[in-house]
Amino acid sequence: MAMSGVDLPPVRPQTSLQRPGFLRRLMADYGQELIVLLAIVVLFIAVTAVNPRFISANNLTSIFSGNAYIAVAAIGMAMVIITGNIDVSIGALIGVLATISGTLAVAGYPIWVAWFFPVLVGMAINGLIGILVAYFRIPSIVVTLGALSILRGGLISVTGGTWISDLPPAFLIAQQKWLGLPVPLVAMIVLTVLAALWMRYSAFGRSLYAVGGNPEAAVATGIPIERRIVAVFILHGFFAGLATILFATQLQVIQSTVPPNLELTIIMAAVIGGVSILGGSGTVIGSTLAAILFATIGSALIFVNVSAYWLRAVIGLLILATVLADMLRRRRTV
Amino acid sequence: MTLRSLIRHETFLAILLVLALVVLSWQSDRFFTVANLLNQGRLMTETGLIAIAMTFVIATGGIDLSVGSILGLTAILTGVFWKNLGVPLPAAAVAAIAVGTFAGYVNGLIITRFRVPALIATLATLALYRGLAEGISQARSVRGYPDWFYVLGQGEVLGVPTQLWILLIAAVVAAVILAYTRWGRTTYAIGSNEVAARFSGLSVEGTKLALYTMSGFAAAVAAVIFVSRVSTTRSDMGSGIELDAITAVVLGGTSIFGGRGTVLGTVLGLCLIQALKNGLSLAGVKGDGTIMLIGIVLILAVLASAIFERSGTR
Repeated sequence: MAMSGVDLPPVRPQTSLQRPGFLRRLMADYGQELIVLLAIVVLFIAVTAVNPRFISANNLTSIFSGNAYIAVAAIGMAMVIITGNIDVSIGALIGVLATISGTLAVAGYPIWVAWFFPVLVGMAINGLIGILVAYFRIPSIVVTLGALSILRGGLISVTGGTWISDLPPAFLIAQQKWLGLPVPLVAMIVLTVLAALWMRYSAFGRSLYAVGGNPEAAVATGIPIERRIVAVFILHGFFAGLATILFATQLQVIQSTVPPNLELTIIMAAVIGGVSILGGSGTVIGSTLAAILFATIGSALIFVNVSAYWLRAVIGLLILATVLADMLRRRRTV
Repeated sequence: MTLRSLIRHETFLAILLVLALVVLSWQSDRFFTVANLLNQGRLMTETGLIAIAMTFVIATGGIDLSVGSILGLTAILTGVFWKNLGVPLPAAAVAAIAVGTFAGYVNGLIITRFRVPALIATLATLALYRGLAEGISQARSVRGYPDWFYVLGQGEVLGVPTQLWILLIAAVVAAVILAYTRWGRTTYAIGSNEVAARFSGLSVEGTKLALYTMSGFAAAVAAVIFVSRVSTTRSDMGSGIELDAITAVVLGGTSIFGGRGTVLGTVLGLCLIQALKNGLSLAGVKGDGTIMLIGIVLILAVLASAIFERSGTR
């Protein structure tokens, strides 16, 4: 989103004509990702020193599995932001899709229908949003703000705030294990790696950076910008659908609400992970790492006995600190 | 006055508002009464004050998502200063408003000094300020304010709700500032082309800092009115109000990219939303159905004005 005229997306520094060393290249390409990773490692060591139960298998499972859906949704969000757009309706969408999924499961449809039909619905809804953004040229923040109202209002008026219970056990895939690892963890890693490779090496993936980084240049090189934006929103809907599967199947009930400010958490994960809000740069590895960092912070605060009421303030402060550090780092490199 | 200048977003919006009023008063005979309309004015004041300040912020091409959290923080502090610290209530309210204004100033500092995009900066402070409100309140609410305090949120002056006067004055002052003063023109200039504004010698940073501070101040004043209206303080007050305010501003024709927008448009957008909310609930539509409709109206209004504008430039 072009918020102002002067803040150009950061340019990777080219210090010399020689091929730079491996480490320097890694720092230049994945600087923010490495910072987030370092923060996770430091946090793990520090909290474990205070309370060794922090790295118990139980807690690790709850950190990774309970929040994997945020990381998966952040993959799609990262792609949307890389093209210079944004989606503030994602939280409401996940709530709607979860309700559809649960309703289908309880109504006796085959389990795979209950899992994957919502994915199609997510792709359709976001495809529509993409069309409004790309062809009707309404800014994505306006469209998704409207979509947020429509989805949230629709969800509450349809469900009336009731919870869906009596879900069939086979439906609850997020509670199951695959090769000894929780399914959400496996899904998060596989999806992140596939999306990261696709974004870095496929022509389509590269074109998304061009659309966000320099639309005029993208047009000049023959990239159909409108179609790319619709496609990226459909993809975002796809990841939102997959995130919904992980979210809806983790408990015995599906509530008609999602965690408050879920959309902000997902956007923050993408941005803290290094995606420039102005478009054109960032990776999905960063967004997944940032989602893990948030989950780790939340869990760590409980383990070092911070009052639950101060939780959000501390998380907010840490987010702000990361944003400021990121801006200072960028200013130095540019 | 040519025909083209009449086909403005505000005209379109005013027609829509009149249409909505006609249809809604035909639906329910309890809608178009003086008592009901004044009461609706009471209900839209908090969002209105925030939306008026937001008009300036969005006209510079920025955004302020933290206003709901500033409202919550200010509300909590009003209660805490008064009840727990024993400060007299007027002083407590003023001190809380000062903190809320400072919160807006901090937003401005982060945005202008560190060059963090407004969306991200205020997203982060949204979490921070709400977190502070929760931490300070420890989920306790403060009640039992003295009677005179309720005049602000529940009383009347000359037959009109007290806070509606405040909204009216704020709207007129803001409209004059945005349309006719140097400060207002600078706001548009920043939104149209920030680099050009800087090269023209305009104080870009100073203006932005002042606008985000003003946004914080508006949210803080709204908080005190809110507390007076509902007779209690809770840490979750005002959550989601940023979206209501932004919807009113964008519906009112302010470009989300900056450079364009009027206070009149925002006020019309605000009235349209409130009329729809109230009229539909009187017609038997549940509150959640209304939220849906507002989303649809927002998208359609922007779509229509985008189409009008395109046909106008060709």
